[in-house]
Order: sequence, then C-alpha cells, then structure tokens
Amino acid sequence: MQKPPRDWLKGVLSAYDTVVIGSGLAGMTSANLLAKLGHKVLLAEHHYNMGGMATWFKRKGGHVMDISLHGFPCGMIKTLRKYWTKDISHRVIQLKNVRFDNPQFSVNTSFDKVDFTHILRERFGILREVIDEFFLTVRDMNFYDEVVMTTRELFEKYFPGRTDVWRFLMEPITYANGSTLDDPAITYGIVFSNFMDKGVFTYQGGTDHLIKEMKQELLRNGVDIRTHCMVEKIYVDDKTVQGVRINGQDIQCKSVLSNSNLLTTIEQLTGEEHFDPEFIEEVKKVRLNNSSCQVYMGIKKGEIVPNVGDLLFSSVADEYCTDQILSKDVTSRTFSFYYPEIRPGTNRYSIVSSTNARYQDWANLSESQYKKDKHDLEQTTLDALDKYVPGIRNKVDHVEASTPKTFKRYTLHPSGTSFGTKFEGLKISRDLPKQINGLFHAGSVGIIMSGWLGAANYGVIVANETDKFLRQLRPSLVTASA
Amino acid sequence: MTIEDVRQIILNILADIAPDEDISSIDDNTKLRDQIDLDSMDFLDIVMELRKRFNIEVPEKDYEHLATMAGCVSYLTPLLKDRPLAS
Ligand SMILES: Cc1cc2nc3c(=O)[nH]c(=O)nc-3n(C[C@H](O)[C@H](O)[C@H](O)COP(=O)(O)OP(=O)(O)OC[C@H]3O[C@@H](n4cnc5c(N)ncnc54)[C@H](O)[C@@H]3O)c2cc1C
Repeated sequence: MQKPPRDWLKGVLSAYDTVVIGSGLAGMTSANLLAKLGHKVLLAEHHYNMGGMATWFKRKGGHVMDISLHGFPCGMIKTLRKYWTKDISHRVIQLKNVRFDNPQFSVNTSFDKVDFTHILRERFGILREVIDEFFLTVRDMNFYDEVVMTTRELFEKYFPGRTDVWRFLMEPITYANGSTLDDPAITYGIVFSNFMDKGVFTYQGGTDHLIKEMKQELLRNGVDIRTHCMVEKIYVDDKTVQGVRINGQDIQCKSVLSNSNLLTTIEQLTGEEHFDPEFIEEVKKVRLNNSSCQVYMGIKKGEIVPNVGDLLFSSVADEYCTDQILSKDVTSRTFSFYYPEIRPGTNRYSIVSSTNARYQDWANLSESQYKKDKHDLEQTTLDALDKYVPGIRNKVDHVEASTPKTFKRYTLHPSGTSFGTKFEGLKISRDLPKQINGLFHAGSVGIIMSGWLGAANYGVIVANETDKFLRQLRPSLVTASA
Repeated sequence: MTIEDVRQIILNILADIAPDEDISSIDDNTKLRDQIDLDSMDFLDIVMELRKRFNIEVPEKDYEHLATMAGCVSYLTPLLKDRPLAS
C-alpha cells in the first residue's frame, strides 16, 4: 500500500508578515533577523536540507563532504555573532596555510595584507610605495563609487605587464566569486580587501553543524520553517505583494523576501507583466555568473593526509586567463584539504577540488557522454592531486563529481550559477521594491554580495528594508527629518 | 527623555554592537568610527535598533548625523524628548 504524500505545509498559517523564499545564507539570515524584530516569518525551502550552496552531503564509509566551506573572510565572525549567536561565531577558525603552485610561482601565504606585502616585495620585487598605494586604493573602493575602472585597468596601473602579480592577486578571487579582469574593479577590491584584513577563515564543526545551529536559532526566534516546499508563484495586485503559492497552496503575506535567483524571482515567480517595461529592459541585460564543477575525495578510515596546506590554488596554465579557468579542459584547480580539526573527534580527512565552469559545456551532453565526462574529471583530478599527495589513489575510497547541472538541480539557480549575477544585477535587486511594494530580493548578486559573508550581510541589509516597509504599514512610525 | 538619557541609549546600543570595545571613554565630538571599530553594517544596526526600540526611522540621507555621539544626541533628542524612558 502506498502512503499518502506527506503534507509539508500542515499547520501553516493563512497569512504572514513575510515569506522568505529559499534558505540560503541570505534567506536564513534575513528570516532570523525579521523574526527577532517581531515579524511573523515563513521560510520556505524546496530542498529537504537548508543552507542552499552552504551545504554538505554524507556517503558510505563515514564520509562527510562540504561544498562551499573553502574559506571566508574574518568579517564572518562579526556577522555570525551579531545576527546569529555567540556560540556559532566562536567556532570560526583561521586557515593559515594557503598555497599557490603554477608555472609562474610557488608560494605559501597566510593570505593577509602583511604577508602579501612581504611576498609582493621579496618574491615579486614590487616597490613598497606601490604596494601600499595599491592596498589603499582597493581598501577605499566602495559600493557607492561610480564604476569606472575594470580590474584589468587597476592591475595595469599598479603592476603593468606583471602577469605573475596579476595571477597572485586575482586567481583566488576568481574562485571566490567568479569575477574576471573585465569586471568592475570594485567587485575585486571589496572582496580582496575583506580577505586581506586578516586572512581566510573556516567553521569548525563543518557545514552540517553550522546549518543545524542556525536552524535551532530560527526555531527559537519563531520562524516557521518548511522544507520540501516549492514556492511556485508570487501574487501581485496593484503593484503590491499579496501572497504566494507554495506546493499548490495559497498563503497571504505583506512582503516577500526572495532568496531565489534574481532573474527567476522576476521572470518566473512574479511575472514580467508586473514590472515597468524599462525595468524589464534592464533585467534582460543582467548576466549570470559562472557555475562550478567539484570533485569530492573521501579518504579511507585510518589513512592520513600530511599537512600539505589548507587551500591550494594549482594551475598548469602558463598565465592567469579567465577563459582557461572556465574551460572544460581543466588546467586550474583549487584544492581544499579538510583535516580532522574541521570536525574534531572524527579523525577523518577529505579533499575537495573546485573549478569554475560553464553550464553550456555540461548541459547538452547525452547521458553516456555526461557520465564519461564526469568520470574523466574525477580521474584527471586524482592525477593532478598526486603531485601534492603522492599515492592519493590508494588513500581514497570515495570519489564523486558534481557539475553545473548538479548545482542547478539542488538550488534551482538558472545555469547553476555559483555566485548569482554579474555586477549589473545588484542595482536590479536593490530596485525591486520600487517596482512592487513588498517585494525584496536578497542573495548572491552583483559579485560583491556573494560568498557566505556577502550573502549573509546582504540578507541583513534587505531585512532592514523589509522591516522598514512592514513598520510603515503600521501608522505609528515617526520618520525623522533633519 | 533628557539629553543624558538619549546619550545612554546610544551607548547601550553601541555596547551590544561592539561588545569588545571600551565605550566608556567615547569622546562626543570625535567620529565614532575613529574610536571604535564600526563598519557600515554596524551603522545599519544602530538604525534598526532605533526603529525597533522607538519606532524612529532615520532616512539614509541622515545617516551622516550619526557619525559622532554629539551628532546622534542632537539629532535624536528632539525626536525622543516626549517619550518615556521605559522602552
Ligand atoms: C562550489 C562552490 C564553492 C563555494 N565556495 C565558497 C567558499 O569557500 N566561501 C564562500 O564564502 N562562498 C563560497 N561559495 C559561494 C557561496 O556558497 C554562496 O555565495 C552563498 O552560499 C549563496 O547564498 P545565497 O543566500 O545567495 O543562496 P543560495 O545558497 O543560492 O540558496 C538559495 C536557496 O533558495 C532555494 N530556492 C530557490 N528557489 C526556490 C523556490 N522557488 N522555492 C523554494 N526554495 C527555493 C534553493 O533551494 C536554495 O536553498 C561557493 C559556491 C559554490 C557553488
């Protein structure tokens, strides 16, 4: 006998102040804050797990694989403390050994300003004054500046012709947010400065622990969390949000905060007809960011991996080149080594290799070709890793790959985009509430607002606007005016 | 509420936002940013706290008034003067 399907919306209220669509870091952070500010919040996630890209999976043999825990800037400590809990923030630890290995140079670094200054001087022979001025310039870049310079122009200005230096400064950021030399320099400057502040950090306990803690905190603050719940439609009438349809059921709400992809939110969930035509024209110009491939390698129980670094940017390409980094013919890989310290007490190791990738290279293959290409990716990755961990094939007992198609399936992001949209998406995201009362978007967008820190902080920024909106619906708000 | 009450409220909010900083020695006429480690997210927190505690909306164009303690006090006191302290 077949059991009737479970009703994942059982007991749901008929109306909420805010429905948050998606439980990525932006969605969860904004849901948590809005609930703490006293609003009735429903958090709907289509997947069975929360976290979005901040996720993990388990495999036979006791393997736990993290997807996006390669590292984040130290600003995350403050964000976790202020918008989550002290306990969560206390689990952030530094990754001290970041390595580069490519035909132009091999260096180890703690990935902060002091060490970078030292390396730029000693290893690359750059003058102290130039380094200082470069750091000042990138530090002072801010979101409100007019966008004039590209990252390429920035590098040409300070390090003309020095493709080795460009690579040293750029390769990690390309992996961190998909930005290229031709994107606005502020997308580089803001993220690079965030890392240079103190280095690269990670979460002790693993992604599973973090998301479990966040879920508890959301429940403590009264958020109604619903997994297996697909938001199919945002209802708009008279330029104002009315409600949503989830798993076929209508629910009223005063506002929607969508953590779903920006373009999906506008074109599919809401519908272009509700926006001004000029706005839609701008929406059409928004480019999605690239996607990723990963290879997850689980080390056998009892085997050890000597410390060969925490993060390793390896490449066999002659120079830094975006096209090559995105190519299916992989030349550059970032290896993340997860030692037992990440999950104390487990005494297990895993290694994850990440590459940036294009959806179209993977989307239209026959099933057998797709399988074969995935298999090749796994094998060439093991070959590349053998240089750093000799005998790796004898140490692993689980190898598995993911592609842009995998990311699309789990997060519903068009083309499996790993880091939202290119820069122009940010303005569209910010302007959404001007088009439709009560419609907000928070999540990876505009390159700047991506990564764990960017997404979580953007969740806070947008929750603030949502709170303002909700309070303005009540008559007692006093607007100050100087 | 008096000027002193308003000053104390700001100090309380700052203490929550930056628990590791010594806020007792804040100089009223020097930028807060130059005395304690505050970033733009922290200023957003101040705005959110004011809205939550007192239903006051500080428009973005007025954020500059919150740069110093003296600025905060002179900006907020007229708005809060009729409020009882308990909140
Ligand atoms: C391979 C890879 C490695 C990365 N490594 C790092 C790293 O080391 N450090 C770092 O800081 N960042 C890293 N990132 C980036 C970082 O993970 C993301 O920028 C961040 O997690 C995105 O958060 P988000 O809030 O934008 O939402 P997402 O994580 O994109 O989540 C969106 C959520 O919305 C849900 N959703 C969408 N549509 C609907 C719908 N209609 N109904 C219900 N639910 C819906 C999705 O299922 C998903 O859970 C990495 C990303 C990738 C892909």
